[in-house]
Amino acid sequence: MGELQQIYFRFCFFFLDFLCRHIYCFPYQKCTYTDMLSCFKDKVGNVLLPGDVFSFQMPESITDSKPEKVVCGPGLRRNGDEVLVCKSGILRHKQPNLYWIDSQQRRYVPGKGESVIGIITAKSGDIFKVDVGGSEQASLSYLAFEGATKRNRPNVQVGDLVYSQFIIANKDMEPELVCIDSCGRANGMGVFGAGGLLFKVSLGLVRRLLAPQSEIAKDLEKMFPFEIVVGMNGRVWVKSKTIQQTLIVANLLESCENMTAQQRQTLFRRVADGSI
Amino acid sequence: MRDTPLSNCERDFLLKAIQEKKRLDGRQTYDYRSIKISFGTDYGCCFVDLGKTRIMAQVSCELITPKENRPNEGLIFFNIELSPMASPAFEMGRQSELLVKLNRQLERCLRNSKCIDTESLCVVSGEKVWQIRVDVHLLNHDGNLMDAASIAAIAALCHFRRPDVGIQGEEVTVYSTEERDPIPLSIYHMPICVSFSFFQQGTYLLVDPCEREERVMDGLLMIAMNKHREICSIQSSGGIMLLKDQVLRCSKIASVKVSEITELINKALENDKKARKTGGKFGFAESLPQERITALKTDVSHVEMSDVKEKANEIVQRAEVPPQTVPSPVLTAPGTGQVGEGLENSWGLKEEEEEEEEDETVELKMELEEGHEEKGRGDVVVISDSDSEEEDVVILNQVTTKEKASSSNQQGAVASKQQQKKKGQ
Repeated sequence: MGELQQIYFRFCFFFLDFLCRHIYCFPYQKCTYTDMLSCFKDKVGNVLLPGDVFSFQMPESITDSKPEKVVCGPGLRRNGDEVLVCKSGILRHKQPNLYWIDSQQRRYVPGKGESVIGIITAKSGDIFKVDVGGSEQASLSYLAFEGATKRNRPNVQVGDLVYSQFIIANKDMEPELVCIDSCGRANGMGVFGAGGLLFKVSLGLVRRLLAPQSEIAKDLEKMFPFEIVVGMNGRVWVKSKTIQQTLIVANLLESCENMTAQQRQTLFRRVADGSI
Repeated sequence: MRDTPLSNCERDFLLKAIQEKKRLDGRQTYDYRSIKISFGTDYGCCFVDLGKTRIMAQVSCELITPKENRPNEGLIFFNIELSPMASPAFEMGRQSELLVKLNRQLERCLRNSKCIDTESLCVVSGEKVWQIRVDVHLLNHDGNLMDAASIAAIAALCHFRRPDVGIQGEEVTVYSTEERDPIPLSIYHMPICVSFSFFQQGTYLLVDPCEREERVMDGLLMIAMNKHREICSIQSSGGIMLLKDQVLRCSKIASVKVSEITELINKALENDKKARKTGGKFGFAESLPQERITALKTDVSHVEMSDVKEKANEIVQRAEVPPQTVPSPVLTAPGTGQVGEGLENSWGLKEEEEEEEEDETVELKMELEEGHEEKGRGDVVVISDSDSEEEDVVILNQVTTKEKASSSNQQGAVASKQQQKKKGQ
């Protein structure tokens, strides 16, 4: 796989591929409609549960005010004139009009375009079978590696780790992975080298790590040099100079899931001063 | 559901780390994970947390006829179940090798060591003895199931109380818990299993392996011992060759660990006894730390209610006649009663209970029953609500339904519909 010099930040990828629906909300004659919209906006930052419904109804007479658009991200679904909450979590808002539910989940559901760490479980015919943590194993073709031809097969054994991307991931078909991008270049994907430790965290933590201005990543960088690969299926691979340092990074990441920023920084500082 | 396969990178890392005497969670080689023992509200229900491994044991008893060759001894039956919620590798109903191994080991550890006095379980020799049944359920699998299962089983047995029995001549009376206090089982000693995992052909040893360490180990040695340093059972699996002094060393470590764990169990039993005596809170729900559960408190949100009545009226007028359902004839056998399904309850619910409810509910119920008798047998008055899925919707309090903070208008519609029906009748 080569040396990784930076962490890949990809945040909004899965939002835009996931359910995006538009709702046109016309201001209602009666005051209750705007109450509903402002009630929805007030809930940003609150915990919502599946079963919560916000109904925006179309009025009989359309007034000449501008329609307001609400874009539903993951966790929200449109059902006619209503917005239904599908996952439990905190309602978040991004300007100008994107709303989504920030939920914690450990079970991964494959999504198109997401980069994941997979474990090769079998070689059959022309494809590898890869376990990505979903309900089905994904398939990865021999030819989907950089510089691979029918004669020149990639050096991949059963039990190896691969960092690859989904090209097909929906509920009707078997998921498919590739280790090259659309230009045919590896772009950081492929088989991992030896060493390092693989462990599992929740999907929420993975998204926080991959965010463009991730505080956790910044705090971690101050500790000591290490290589890290973060897969969107909750798997993280870490390699550092000594085994002790690798174990420290792995344990820190697993434990900072439910911590506030303050607690996390005190913990990191204590570790940086104390143990090593 | 398939279990996640172990990658080569994880295996190499774990073996290298063990060579440097480092474990994944920072323990030393002879350290146990933190053990937490809590008891449920019933006697004989015990939860054990060994790190992230979680096991529940429940003890129950029953009077049966004894075996013919042992007429004055009670019976003990052990049963371990691997629940699919413990690990994706476990499937319901499939008899896996691991399950058989665990069952055999638990039986050997507790039954063959004669830790429970079975003769005290005899009621009438040759006719009635107590059968004690220990059910062990695995709730989460993070390694070292055997240790946790043995701790849970023995703690549950020590916690259990069986009903008191009185014998007068030929008559045997089993007193319920309200009549006489139940009595504990007579347990001689507490055997506890300790597991040792070996790596690199027996060179490295770890106590209490977690799930990942179990996957890369070469062999496992299980020693069941009690605090008097008596070995109850030893089992070695995995086919590794162990030297004599290795086994002796393991037994010495086991005796230290067993005495610590026995103290822990005794302390937990005492705490539970104290809590029950003083009337404090005990049981599973109380043992969960309160801070973790975030209580969701919502403000009153306004619901648009102005045109609910008109809407409800429209819906009712537009609704079709409910289909005439003819139910299958109900024949009540002697000793049975009919509950629910739209018919009148004949289970023996006292009329006084109904009178205690609000006047409106009684009124409504009376009207329903009158409706029953009017339409005659065979016709069921079913308030088939297009919205609600319940068959009988009973309003407890007029005021509260209006104040209920719900974003759907269903409750309001149903309430107004009920009022409509009442007015109509």
